Amino acid sequence: MENMAQESDLQEIEIRLLLEGLHLRYGFDFRNYALASIRRRIGSRLEAEGVKSILGLLEKILHDPQCMERLLLALTVHLTSIFRDPGFYVAFRNRVLPVLRTYPYVRIWNAGCSSGEEVYSLAILMKEEEFYERCRIYATDMSEAVLERAKSGIYSLDAMKQYTDNYLKAGGKEEFSGYYIADHKNVIFRQALRENVVFAPHNLVSDASFNEFNVILCRNVMIYFNDKLQERVHKLLYDSLGMFGFLGLGSKESLRFSPYANCYEEIDAEARIYRKVR
Amino acid sequence: MAFEIVAIGASLGGLDALRTILSGLPADFRLPVVIVQHRSMEGDELLPKLLQESCALPIRQPEDKEDVMEGRVYVAPADYHLLLEKGRFALSTESPVNFSRPSIDVLLETAADSYGRGVIALVLTGASADGASGAKHVKRRGGIVVVQKLQEAECDVMPAATIAAVCVDRVMSLAEIAPFLVKICKEGVT
Repeated sequence: MENMAQESDLQEIEIRLLLEGLHLRYGFDFRNYALASIRRRIGSRLEAEGVKSILGLLEKILHDPQCMERLLLALTVHLTSIFRDPGFYVAFRNRVLPVLRTYPYVRIWNAGCSSGEEVYSLAILMKEEEFYERCRIYATDMSEAVLERAKSGIYSLDAMKQYTDNYLKAGGKEEFSGYYIADHKNVIFRQALRENVVFAPHNLVSDASFNEFNVILCRNVMIYFNDKLQERVHKLLYDSLGMFGFLGLGSKESLRFSPYANCYEEIDAEARIYRKVR
Repeated sequence: MAFEIVAIGASLGGLDALRTILSGLPADFRLPVVIVQHRSMEGDELLPKLLQESCALPIRQPEDKEDVMEGRVYVAPADYHLLLEKGRFALSTESPVNFSRPSIDVLLETAADSYGRGVIALVLTGASADGASGAKHVKRRGGIVVVQKLQEAECDVMPAATIAAVCVDRVMSLAEIAPFLVKICKEGVT
């Protein structure tokens, strides 16, 4: 009977060894990612790579950089949607934007932008609010492959129906389809939405602060980090946020592991929007 | 070996099924109860509110990395997968599993990994096979699997899929489930 409990503990040891090996050999540090989700992601690679165990995967990645690249992609892709949590964007329009209008120029950081859906959501919102010309949006992610996708602005046509619903619920004022060009399979968002966006690689795990921002959005990124890493990233975000700047988290995220939790005022509890006040 | 957690999966018809079970749990029921009810991606407080009306224990939708506490009932928030680590919740926005996010498989698999023999898994009414693979994992790690009686389920596809996948420990009517949970928490299962 004891074997059953041990099996899970042994698997955890194998995961740690895999991540240690990945770090030692290639420098990518996933050692403080949240265990439950990374366990699933690693598990789903085993069959795909034709190995029987996590140690088998470790052996393969150490010798096969392309196998490592595939694993890397699996570990870094985060799924998101255009105008995910429309309530967030409503709150952003009503609570954050009026304050931003008092500045001549704002810098916004979308940290961990993944394939870019949130970037385009923000760009569309800013265009409609006639504030886009006064924004510069920095969209960063650790994966260059994923950033390329974000830069391309190409998404599947199938998803657009759901996205249109989200857009309307988020307070969209125009025709959503006016923001992209479609073929039978995909859409591409209009170039005008990308003009004030800078896409750049940045790794929240290891890189330092690179600018000071008026707004930082880091939504449903830190759920993949363990509490130790969350603490580090929260410090990075705090250091990168100007005084009275706004921080936006995912709808079920919190400041619980931020060493600076008491430096923020809660602007919208449900939308998880905070303002740096000290 | 004491049980440590109850993990429940429900889909089509789940609201009534869950209310029946929850209404049978006494206010001093210690084990944390964690529920994945398939739901639309629009999050709201309606589901926990409706369940709370039938439940003596406090119900909430957990945040990422919130502690799992005794004497509480938790419902997976919309458009996130709910995972369990030992003593804590974790959320994920990975692709839907069995077309669902939250997915029952994800809950049961991670419950099995974290709590092993301490898991009581319940698979109720539903129209997909979500939960069958998770139930297999629960059994592999030494937990027990209880499935809703097919004739009674609003949709029997989900409980049937679990029965087909795994040697379940019990098949029960909804009315029997709460008393069963209370009993095995005190006495263990034979």
